[in-house]
Amino acid sequence: MDKIDKQKIILKKGAEATVYLAHWYGKEVVIKSRKVKKYRHPNLDDKLRKYRTIHEPQLMNEAKKVGVSTPIIFQIDIKKMSIIMEFISGKQIKHILSNLPLSKRRTLCLEIGKLIGKIHSYGIIHGDLTTSNIILDVNDRLFFIDFGLAEKQVELEARGVDLHLMKRGLQSTHNNYAQDSFRKIMEGYSIIMGESYAKVILKKIQEIERRGRYIEERKVK
Amino acid sequence: MKKSPNKIYCLGIESTADDFGVGISDKKGEILANISDAYIPNTGGIHPREAARHHAKVASDILNKAFILAEINPSDLGLIAFAQGPGLGPCLRTGATIARAMATYLGIPLVGVNHSVAHIEIGKLKTKAIDPVTLYVSGGNTIVSAFDSGKYRIFGETLDIALGNCLDVFAREAGLKYKKGVPLGAALEKMAIDGKNLISMPYVVKGMDVSFSGLLTAAIDLLHQNKYRLQDLCYSIQENVFAMVSEVTERALTHTEKKDILLTGGVAANKRLQNMISSIAKDHSVNFNTVPSEFAHDNGAMIAWTGLLAYRNGIITPIEDSMVKLKWRLDQVDIPWIK
Repeated sequence: MDKIDKQKIILKKGAEATVYLAHWYGKEVVIKSRKVKKYRHPNLDDKLRKYRTIHEPQLMNEAKKVGVSTPIIFQIDIKKMSIIMEFISGKQIKHILSNLPLSKRRTLCLEIGKLIGKIHSYGIIHGDLTTSNIILDVNDRLFFIDFGLAEKQVELEARGVDLHLMKRGLQSTHNNYAQDSFRKIMEGYSIIMGESYAKVILKKIQEIERRGRYIEERKVK
Repeated sequence: MKKSPNKIYCLGIESTADDFGVGISDKKGEILANISDAYIPNTGGIHPREAARHHAKVASDILNKAFILAEINPSDLGLIAFAQGPGLGPCLRTGATIARAMATYLGIPLVGVNHSVAHIEIGKLKTKAIDPVTLYVSGGNTIVSAFDSGKYRIFGETLDIALGNCLDVFAREAGLKYKKGVPLGAALEKMAIDGKNLISMPYVVKGMDVSFSGLLTAAIDLLHQNKYRLQDLCYSIQENVFAMVSEVTERALTHTEKKDILLTGGVAANKRLQNMISSIAKDHSVNFNTVPSEFAHDNGAMIAWTGLLAYRNGIITPIEDSMVKLKWRLDQVDIPWIK
């Protein structure tokens, strides 16, 4: 018996996986399917897809334990390298951030910062923090998605890189208010992780930035 | 030949690293000359002072040859462009000094050009790419970028060493040698063709960023174990590092939803990397563009052409502002020629 309706709509064809909207036992679900990437060596491709298909749902479940909402996992198929999970009806932060009034944008960023702090405090690194990977659902609840590059890590370096990615993502996609938004994110982060730790990690982020190729020494603000 | 408003010739000087290059472009981007001479170290990597010495030594000869090739005289020039950064200090300063002297002597404007912007612009000029996601990979840079509101934004980059640097260091460690016209990366590519077995190495992708230093250390360790064929090692390094940059390029492509991919920089000449990126383009039904190999490596033509673009949009660099900028980031540069 086919539990998945034949009709599948592609929600997103990403770099890592194709994401479909489908019906499963009559329920609206998302199927994340890690297709063969022909550009990669087959062995490397197999290794990466398998590793990510197994780790992603594990870490999504872990995140829930600290109160960070992620879609519910319904089924994992290692052979097909696919994950069936809850469909979150809402909007990616990427698409709403620019339309929000200043105060709402700040509140949202503060909230995002708290959630990042929560997963970090639990030893999870998201690995691809961007405004595309955070959804605000119809009930105004934030969901973190796409844990494909996530890992268990508590090191300052790994956390710093995670936040650095968020910051750079804001700069490349939302340049006009990137600085302000990131400040609020760090404010939220410090509520969870403590002010002294937040200061340490800000320094780390600056170090990571300077380590990159051709970065002007910036004055610490 | 007479100067007329429609015939602005720009001479571009490239000297950010080991190449001293001179290019001459006309207003429409027809490249009349593009020649260079590479500093080849006896041992080790680029020694900045020695490279700068090389540039000073070959400069007049390369300039002369460029004028002969272009069939114009210095007095026909309307503009001098030079790579103002980023790059190695002594090398940059040698090029900048020549550029300032020429502009002053000829009484024509000077334009300082960002080297990374130039790699993108020459790629766009020489291909059909209009508004691409660009993967710029060379000995000094690994950047995934795309244009957005006035600047080339950086979506991903290396967290440590550049891709070309990773390949070069391994190649040198393995005893591969520089030859005139055959960069180390090309020597490694040749070795990799005969590789068959994929050896496991660290694959490090963080969001849209990549990191090669761990892989380089691991690869050098494997090399010194003397258990593996060099061909297999070169092959495995390529398979891993190219897959890493391909993955982040694909991620930037799906994030920005652009319709073109452009591959540029010295490593763009690598056929395996070209295959990988073109496979991604095909998969997403976007256009794959790769810069022709003569314009992939550092060259003067890209500086000349980018200088013209800037000049046509009212940008000139007064002598007092022409200090070289060693760490001039791609995303700091205003791009007024894209509306």
